Amino acid sequence: MENKVKVCVENLNVHYGEKQALFDVCMDINQNEITALIGPSGCGKSTFLRCLNRMNDVIDICKVEGSIKIDGQNIYDKDIQVEKLRERVGMVFQKPNPFPKSIFENVAYGPRIHGLAKDKTELEEIVHTSLKKAAIFDEVKDRLDETGTSLSGGQQQRLCIARAISVNPDVILMDEPCSALDPIATAKIEALMEDLKKEYTIIIVTHSMQQAARVSKKTGFFHLGNLIEVNDTETIFSTPANDKTLDYVTGRFG
Amino acid sequence: MNSNSLKISNENLKRRLNAERRFKFYGVIAISLALIFVLILFTNIISKGYSAFYRTLIEIKIEFNDKVQPAMFKQMSDTEINKLDLYSFSKKNIYNNFPDIEKKSDKKKIIKLFSIEFEEEIKTYINKNKNNLGNTINLYISASDDIDQIHKGNYSRDIPEERRRVSNFQLSIYDELVGQNKVKFEFNLPFFSRGDSREAELAGLGGSLIGSFFTMIIVLLLSFPFGLFGAIYLEEFSKRNRFTDFIEININNLAAVPSIVFGLLGLGILLNTFELPRSTALVGGITLSLMTLPTIIIATRASLRSVPPSIREGALAVGASKVQTVMHHVVPLALPGSITGTIIGIARALGETAPLLLIGMVAFIVDVPSSPLDPSTSLPVQAYLWNDSAERAYEEKTSAAIIILLSFLILFNLIAVFIRRKFETKW
Repeated sequence: MENKVKVCVENLNVHYGEKQALFDVCMDINQNEITALIGPSGCGKSTFLRCLNRMNDVIDICKVEGSIKIDGQNIYDKDIQVEKLRERVGMVFQKPNPFPKSIFENVAYGPRIHGLAKDKTELEEIVHTSLKKAAIFDEVKDRLDETGTSLSGGQQQRLCIARAISVNPDVILMDEPCSALDPIATAKIEALMEDLKKEYTIIIVTHSMQQAARVSKKTGFFHLGNLIEVNDTETIFSTPANDKTLDYVTGRFG
Repeated sequence: MNSNSLKISNENLKRRLNAERRFKFYGVIAISLALIFVLILFTNIISKGYSAFYRTLIEIKIEFNDKVQPAMFKQMSDTEINKLDLYSFSKKNIYNNFPDIEKKSDKKKIIKLFSIEFEEEIKTYINKNKNNLGNTINLYISASDDIDQIHKGNYSRDIPEERRRVSNFQLSIYDELVGQNKVKFEFNLPFFSRGDSREAELAGLGGSLIGSFFTMIIVLLLSFPFGLFGAIYLEEFSKRNRFTDFIEININNLAAVPSIVFGLLGLGILLNTFELPRSTALVGGITLSLMTLPTIIIATRASLRSVPPSIREGALAVGASKVQTVMHHVVPLALPGSITGTIIGIARALGETAPLLLIGMVAFIVDVPSSPLDPSTSLPVQAYLWNDSAERAYEEKTSAAIIILLSFLILFNLIAVFIRRKFETKW
């Protein structure tokens, strides 16, 4: 059974000044699934990901054309509030980037600025649930007032995931979330993603093809700013339609 | 591999090691020279200036008589006592301490051994002890600056009499007083509380300390908020274009402008156009703020830039607005660096003399300022003024003023280092 389409990208062109980074990308992303984006460095997969919560807005020279619809709403419409959009589309970065504040504050920050909690107990409730969902609560419940940066790399990354889900998003974007982590921490995050996809739509950029094969239902392959191919992960890794994809997944280039 | 191949040295390696040794040697020489200069500077200033921190007092006996008696002081308030004319009473009493001297010219010379304010000092003593005065009292009053210098040994007695400010007769009286154990040293508290004076033994740093304090407060109030928010705007909000590049270049240029130019600006605009009160800490503070501002902006921008972009992204990604991202996450992390820059900027402003000369803070001001709108001097200007004075006693005061100034600078820098060590986050 095919899941409902959550994100619909049409004719997405992105320019950094003179240089074009993405060419006419069209892609549908299904709800409650993990979609992996693979491709060699500089192919535009991170740019694509950052278009989905408009993180590219902070780069002055970046120009985005085309449409990205989340639940039918074009997020590049003029009257879209970026802050609201990012509340619905959370993001986890390559390098764990907890705020140099307490673990509690790290998770409480989002709900607080969006006014999601009426009082302190409600805020605590949100923080605890988020930490539980990110499978880190048991490790940190006794030291919520220690700084987030004192945790190990894998814990920091799960703290960042807790921070992302604290504002109750629909979509979570992950930009190479395991590239700075060891295999054990990576395994934990992958298991976590498996849990999270029941509630959220997850899009992950990864350099590890094994990871894409392990976690994702669908995989998209980017090359030189073009989306070469997107299909079920099994198909991409066994019988891709495009020769470039085959070369990449079999390790002949990239 | 042959086990000996690691032990055999060849020409090439020898040369490289020698070059390394030479390089280390140059480094040691450079550091030692710098340290020696600092040492010479400090020993010179401290050895010249430390004697200004104590002063010479001479004991005299006062006998009350029918007209001036202890009983009458009991009913009088402090101000009433201060208004009394006790000049001739005091003078006669001082003469009475030296019964053998009868010539009028000699008596005048004796008076000159004491500070010109002997009457005030006697009154102060009476005020303090008005309820338990006996018929005769012994009290210490300040020596004149010449006797003070001789007692401290700063002034040689071997100079021929005609070139000496203290005559042989006065010296013999002084020696007699020393023999009677009537001359003593005391910590020079008035040096820190009094304003400037033409009489060296009365001149103090108080006025310039307060003046410098007010000036620095003005500098802090003006340059820190403006510098902080200017830097935040330029670094976090403004778009990079020709205009902001132009501003940036000008800020860097401003930091390199000679300080006297800011003095001219203060003179031309603050005093002549806006007619703000001349010689005041207010004008001095505004002028020095202009000088400190670029330093603070540059330091703050550098520390804002050192906050990793991932922190900004983390905040933006949970839906924080630009202002929230900057104010909640970036600025708190950059603040220690900014405060450090501010303290160093203020330390520089504290030692600045040239611009203050141009806006009239170089005037001779006796009163200790009570607000930034009162005429005042500042520490370095006071040192400059005293250095210009003829009397020998000002020499130690000049050095003492510099000691105080340097202590403040060292203190400021220590605070800056402390803040940097304690609060700066490492990435």
